Amino acid sequence: MNKTDLLNLIDITVSFEGFLALNKLNLNLKKGELRAVIGPNGAGKTTFLDVITGKVNPTNGEVIFKGKSLVGRKEHKIARLGVGRKFQSPRIFENLTVKENLEISVTTPKSPLNLINKSIKDEQLSEIDRLMKIVNLSQKVDSKAGSLSHGQKQWLEIAMLVGQKPDLMLVDEPVAGLTDEETDLTADLLKSLSGENTVVVIDHDMEFIRRLDSNVSVLNQGTVLCEGTMETIQKDKRVIDVYLGRPED
Amino acid sequence: MSLSKIKFDKKIVLSFWIILIALIIAAPTLLPVFRLNLLGRYLSLSIVALGVDLIWGYTGLLSLGQGIFFALGGYCAAMYLQITSSSEFPNNIPEFFALYGVEKLPFFWEPFRSPVFTFFAIWIIPALVAGLIGFLVFRNRIKGVYFSILTQASLLVFFNFFNGQQKLINGTNGLKTDVTQLFGQMVGSESMQRIFFWITAILVIAAWFFAKWVVKGRFGNILIGIRDDEPRVRFTGYNPVIFKTIIFSIAGGLAGISGALYTVQSGIVSPQFMTVPFSIEMVIWVAVGGRGTLLGAILGAVFINYAKSLVSEALPASWMFIQGGLFILVVTALPEGVLGWIQGDGPRNLLQRFGLKRKIETYPSLEVNNKEANNE
Repeated sequence: MNKTDLLNLIDITVSFEGFLALNKLNLNLKKGELRAVIGPNGAGKTTFLDVITGKVNPTNGEVIFKGKSLVGRKEHKIARLGVGRKFQSPRIFENLTVKENLEISVTTPKSPLNLINKSIKDEQLSEIDRLMKIVNLSQKVDSKAGSLSHGQKQWLEIAMLVGQKPDLMLVDEPVAGLTDEETDLTADLLKSLSGENTVVVIDHDMEFIRRLDSNVSVLNQGTVLCEGTMETIQKDKRVIDVYLGRPED
Repeated sequence: MSLSKIKFDKKIVLSFWIILIALIIAAPTLLPVFRLNLLGRYLSLSIVALGVDLIWGYTGLLSLGQGIFFALGGYCAAMYLQITSSSEFPNNIPEFFALYGVEKLPFFWEPFRSPVFTFFAIWIIPALVAGLIGFLVFRNRIKGVYFSILTQASLLVFFNFFNGQQKLINGTNGLKTDVTQLFGQMVGSESMQRIFFWITAILVIAAWFFAKWVVKGRFGNILIGIRDDEPRVRFTGYNPVIFKTIIFSIAGGLAGISGALYTVQSGIVSPQFMTVPFSIEMVIWVAVGGRGTLLGAILGAVFINYAKSLVSEALPASWMFIQGGLFILVVTALPEGVLGWIQGDGPRNLLQRFGLKRKIETYPSLEVNNKEANNE
């Protein structure tokens, strides 16, 4: 464990009725780092996010975030500590407008009293404007989020994630179903976010991961198989065996 | 929306209010006493329907136990009326106690001697009970069908308790209010009923504005968020348990007010308010009127109940079939309810189907471009 670390996962084991979704997983993240996590289906990538965000309690092990243990904390408390998550399929509030979606994410404090009593702060409104520009949704402010295209939904969710101002962003398959052009833009966006934020990206798309130009952790059977730059892991024999060597679906 | 349309809407809204207020003032002279009393009762039911719309239409919590809070409000009002009108009875306590040999007033009746306490109890007690039940259920993340079953089970528990406690609250006979006195007048008298009608009409409007205020803005958006994707709300840093408890509690309070108004206008409160079908009917009013529209809940409650009394007068025993048919029609053909159907371009689509109106081609981006062109 290191003082510059934002997140440490120590010997995390998650057992679903005997099936080990994660098996003594160790992973450390530095502040400002961009990290890609890849692995074959069933390697435990999503469970890994579930453990950090509090959706799943680990059977064993410790999650240390900013020096505090996250194990046993409720999801909303973890989110308030500064962990934001983007889901695999875009999960936005389809019956609300783009702006209302972003309002939900930028609002602080997130207490009922604040929401019902006060109107939204000016700096939060300008933050919403800024976010909508970044993800090219300025023209769709008052459109229902459900009417957006798939790519726009993905981006709205990323904007919501950024609007939460988390210290740690967990991004699950952000480019699933996007066009090549959108994929490139997303990669650039995520790269620009790192540095100030710490970003973990989970994906299958090797081109996309390569473009992120970051350290890569390869998960297999619930544990970290190897870590390193894209070049290193591409040469790693174990990685080729379990993952890269297989034809992609 | 263009400018002329907004002005048009404002005129409609203004004339709507003028007509509505005129009707409320004139209703007692226009309607015979019997009909006026019925209308007042159905208007009071629309307040409990507003609560159902808040928790079900907006937040996605299908409660089948709103009868609990409705009845609690009714009992609070009835207890006050009974106790303040019992000076001629033995031991100065309500008459029914003598039947069961009770000589001392049960302790929980005491505070209901105070009109101020009663005024607050009518809505605070149901709200607190709802908040408590809600908190325990929501904290354990019980949702969907399990939540509905649990609320119905709670309803049965309350029903059985109230039904069996003759010595405390007259059990299955309930508490009568029409022969009690309020401010020196008989509650069941014509003049009192007229005042109750006006109070009810004002409170329906107040409750409507209150509900609109609650769902307006970010608080309401979180409720919709909870309905559509609760885990997402949680991962964004909100605690859904608190929001759900608050809104369930608000719905409970509204149910209490509704129950009290219904009680004084129907002349009695009894465990019949806590039967399973009655609580399900509340849900049907909202489903037919239109979920998530608030106004639909009010209209649904008033019109369905009025239809019920008219149909029952003409063809006794046929109402259950009609109500069932109405519910099936709404579920299959109008899932958004009547008001939701009207708001969602339903009438135009229907005319189109009969070839009476041509389909208007719209495309979101075209509208945007038009707007820009107009601005230039």
